[in-house]
Amino acid sequence: MTDPIESSMVSSLMGLAAQLGGLAERVFASWTAAPSRAGAVFVAFTDVGVGFVRTAESVGDDPARFLDAYRARFGRPLREAGKPPRGLLPALRGTGRPPELDLRGLTAFEQAVLAATARVPAGQTRPYGWVAREAGNPGAVRAAASVLARNPVPLLVPCHRVVRADGQVGEYLFGGERKKQLLRAESVNLDEVAAFARAGVHFIGSDTTGVVCFPTCHNARRITPAHRHGFRTLATAVRDGYRPCKRCRPGVAA
Amino acid sequence: MVDDIDGGLRTALVADLDVGFADVVRAHERTLYSVALQLTHRPADAEDLAADTLLRAYRALRGYDAQRVMALRVRPWLLTILRNTARNAARDASRRPAPPPGFETAEEPSAQPSVEEQAEHGEAQRVLGAALRQLPDVQRLAVTLRHVVDLPISEVAEVLGCPEGTAKSHISRGLQRLRSVLPAAEPSGRGVR
Repeated sequence: MTDPIESSMVSSLMGLAAQLGGLAERVFASWTAAPSRAGAVFVAFTDVGVGFVRTAESVGDDPARFLDAYRARFGRPLREAGKPPRGLLPALRGTGRPPELDLRGLTAFEQAVLAATARVPAGQTRPYGWVAREAGNPGAVRAAASVLARNPVPLLVPCHRVVRADGQVGEYLFGGERKKQLLRAESVNLDEVAAFARAGVHFIGSDTTGVVCFPTCHNARRITPAHRHGFRTLATAVRDGYRPCKRCRPGVAA
Repeated sequence: MVDDIDGGLRTALVADLDVGFADVVRAHERTLYSVALQLTHRPADAEDLAADTLLRAYRALRGYDAQRVMALRVRPWLLTILRNTARNAARDASRRPAPPPGFETAEEPSAQPSVEEQAEHGEAQRVLGAALRQLPDVQRLAVTLRHVVDLPISEVAEVLGCPEGTAKSHISRGLQRLRSVLPAAEPSGRGVR
């Protein structure tokens, strides 16, 4: 039982024990408060990236409510962060690219919806149907809207730029008024968009370039009134010889 | 003594789950990672397994009331979750085709003594680790729990889900087998300081 070879082997086995520490980094999320263009926000992030953003207003200025919501949704313990992750603060101010995001645990469709939404440039809007199509499921318009209604990382993935097809800005995680305020701050002309929608204009083409766009597209806003043509549907525009814009991708010719 | 540690952990978990859980991670992460290393093939997988185990433990604890937490034997409980998680991962992997093998870095050395010591020590450890891998699953786990991470028999039995006598016999058969697969030329005392 206690022969030397065996006891040496047994004590060598202890040497197989690892010295690694730092698993807490992998398991815990960190949280912090930060200013944003929608007021103060609480932010939770992991070693992978930012995973949850909520305005202080939406949780009654109570960090505990934010933390509970995070734990209930993501099942991770939290600790207070020393400093915010790189790129977070400028992104919350609306300048600079978003920081790394942690979207693990979301379904493939949810991730595709958020990825499509992230491609909408500042100062422009897209209808929910566009997001559904860009996410690879043109029929899932309501499902796409539901995903955005639960967007874990609003402001960083700009779900406020996704609006109703009828020209109304529609619902927002933090209320429709906040959505309008964010869009106006990005110089979206909401009155013009609404006026177009009332007139049945959802797409705008230029007869000099022969390109048709969403009304808020950078290319559409450059068209002078004399050369501007409004269309109710993309199909009409295409029938009249217009090509869908490659920037705002109003859709494939139906 | 471990019971004292676990006793403190239980109290901390009841007082504040997240703060207490940080203590749990600190107290047991090396044990979990050491056992995970023997249940997986690559250090990166072992780290994933250990982290996954801790997340599962946390999610379970969220649903436990104070009474249940106070009755918990934290270390064997964590190791049981580790064992089940590894088993599920292995089952899932067998159902899905493996991804193409990626670029692999060499195993990290576990301690940092002098360079020669490290080379000699490292080689002996590598041989021993390879031998341990040749044991049947239950013996490998039993030997790992008892002799790599130094668990008492009662906890080994709890993790294996068997009576203590059975646990002892898994350990001694495992050691026997380990000796038989180790290269015979290995002089005693080598790799041990």
